Amino acid sequence: MSAAPERPMLEVADLRKSFDVSKPFLERMLGGGHRQYLKAVDGVSFTIRKGETFALVGESGSGKSTVARMVVGLMPPSAGRIVIDGNVLSGRQGYPRALRRRLQMIFQDPYASLDPRWRVADIIAEPIRAFGLAPDRATEQARVGELLSLVGLHPADGVKFPHEFSGGQRQRIAIARALAADAEFIVCDEPTSALDVSVQAQILNLMKDLQQRLGLTYLFISHNLAVVRHMAATIGVMYLGRIVEVAPAEELFSRPRHPYTRMLLDAVPDLGMTGRTRRPVQGEVPNPIDPPSGCTFHPRCPLANDRCRAEAPATIDGVACHAVQEGRTEPGRAVSA
Amino acid sequence: MTEPVLSVRDLTVEFVTRRGTLRAIDSVSFDIAPGEVLGVVGESGAGKSLTGTAVIGLLDPPGRIAGGEIRLSGRRIDDLPADEMRRIRGKRIGMVFQDPLTSLNPLYRVGDQLVETIMTHLPVGRDEARRRAIDLLAEVGIPAPERRIDGWPHEFSGGMRQRVVIALALCAEPDLVIADEPTTALDVSVQAQIIALLKRLCRERGTAVMLITHDMGVIAETADRVAVMYAGRIVEIGPVREVVKHPRHPYAQGLMGSIPALEESRERLQQIEGSMPRLAAIPKGCAFNPRCPHAFARCMVEKPVLLESGASRVACWLHDGTGLGEETAA
Repeated sequence: MSAAPERPMLEVADLRKSFDVSKPFLERMLGGGHRQYLKAVDGVSFTIRKGETFALVGESGSGKSTVARMVVGLMPPSAGRIVIDGNVLSGRQGYPRALRRRLQMIFQDPYASLDPRWRVADIIAEPIRAFGLAPDRATEQARVGELLSLVGLHPADGVKFPHEFSGGQRQRIAIARALAADAEFIVCDEPTSALDVSVQAQILNLMKDLQQRLGLTYLFISHNLAVVRHMAATIGVMYLGRIVEVAPAEELFSRPRHPYTRMLLDAVPDLGMTGRTRRPVQGEVPNPIDPPSGCTFHPRCPLANDRCRAEAPATIDGVACHAVQEGRTEPGRAVSA
Repeated sequence: MTEPVLSVRDLTVEFVTRRGTLRAIDSVSFDIAPGEVLGVVGESGAGKSLTGTAVIGLLDPPGRIAGGEIRLSGRRIDDLPADEMRRIRGKRIGMVFQDPLTSLNPLYRVGDQLVETIMTHLPVGRDEARRRAIDLLAEVGIPAPERRIDGWPHEFSGGMRQRVVIALALCAEPDLVIADEPTTALDVSVQAQIIALLKRLCRERGTAVMLITHDMGVIAETADRVAVMYAGRIVEIGPVREVVKHPRHPYAQGLMGSIPALEESRERLQQIEGSMPRLAAIPKGCAFNPRCPHAFARCMVEKPVLLESGASRVACWLHDGTGLGEETAA
């Protein structure tokens, strides 16, 4: 793979976000105790090429949604750099208007992300109006009708209110709205996890079709490994605020390298697993306020040694793991299954 | 064959509303044998949770059982008076719900909840009940149970709480456990642990399990038999391997095809057009006919019954054996 001269759509470098979770000042003074910070995102770097889907996958508390929020500018990063199509963003001042038009987000819960008192046509037309993209009302309405057909709804559905639609149809409306201002880069935070599987299939297929037709770039956040495999070209696996492994989708699933990735893949219930026994998974995600020392995965890792307990691993060749870097593999388990 | 622990025959649940009577469950029949795990799958609104609620006798008005019967080890339980049903619930039928935080009382220590439940259902004293509670906590995999028993629910993580809820469900040694989405609120790595636990405990004790979930992966790994529900009816029921690998009903086929797989990646997922009908507007004939790629004239007028097809039973006229439509089903 040669480095293309083309500018990547998104470049994130050493992104960090910590939240102050200390007790109130007075309580600290009276009862003792220090300031406490929760490092939700702790030095995340990745790149997304134009027209590609990059997915972040992880369990709750891994920081994947916080990354999404920082990328779209809903939350300023504590440190680090976000570069969208060559625009270096500090995060503090908010994004320039021209960039905001090109960057949109789709949220998890289509029941909460659409204003119940607005008609669907107005919901979809809002970005068109905000950015002054239609010279008159007729053009605007024509565009709304076009968008509704694009996502598989009827142009006449515009006069209805969100409550008249099912969850899957609402998510289609959210997608139409995201596309209304000709967005190029869409951040999707668990776009199908509130939906039934057959509806999920409809939405995932729609998102893939739209990507092909319009050349969209997606940052796709999900906890569902199978969905991520289906959608993404490249996948980053997050654990306690860090990316522990980045790899092309095919490779990640056929040859997972980080012990956490392997554990996750072993844990997912899958249709193909009927009648097979699995290896038991160890432990749970620790409390992010008080993460383990060194490599934060070491208490659950079968390969952990003293170095892992003391020292946080650097990311080398897409994997942040001492054991992989030192060539220590799991006893009794071939790397390529 | 031994007598089934749970036997449901033609169960019909209706909701009487001002705008007419809605039939949410329509003539559902199934059995669960001792030690067997029956998975009940379907999408939101299919009636799977409602079936479980009807079995444990916790239907809220205006919902009511309008027909059919439910038998627990041969004895009819759907017409029992409320206080008698209450004794069966908890003692002979254990329950595990989706959200472990709301299943536990936050104002009582975990141990007190277990001890109270054990003493309510079994003729044992407080010391014996506490001893049993500690054994149970150890059995469901809670480390240092003799210390954790005096902890509060909020001190337990989601996975640990669900373990406590499983201990609660099993403490009176029930014949049947109804688990309604027991792993949906949990992370994948924890989910696998809970599934393995539930399966092991039930196998060891010979407890029958009705596992209600929308997650086909969970079913594929846990269940012995599967019932697929659509719009209040069972459309296919059979051994898990058959239903997952060779679904026969067009809805079951669409459902399996729409699930992204871990093992191979496909360019497009199979999709079923449209969505589940609302209760007030269930189509005539087969409820699936507007979405079915194989629907023919008979499907529009006649409601299909469960017919034998290989090791499974399928409610689809394609499998009537008249030969009509057989080639499209293959």
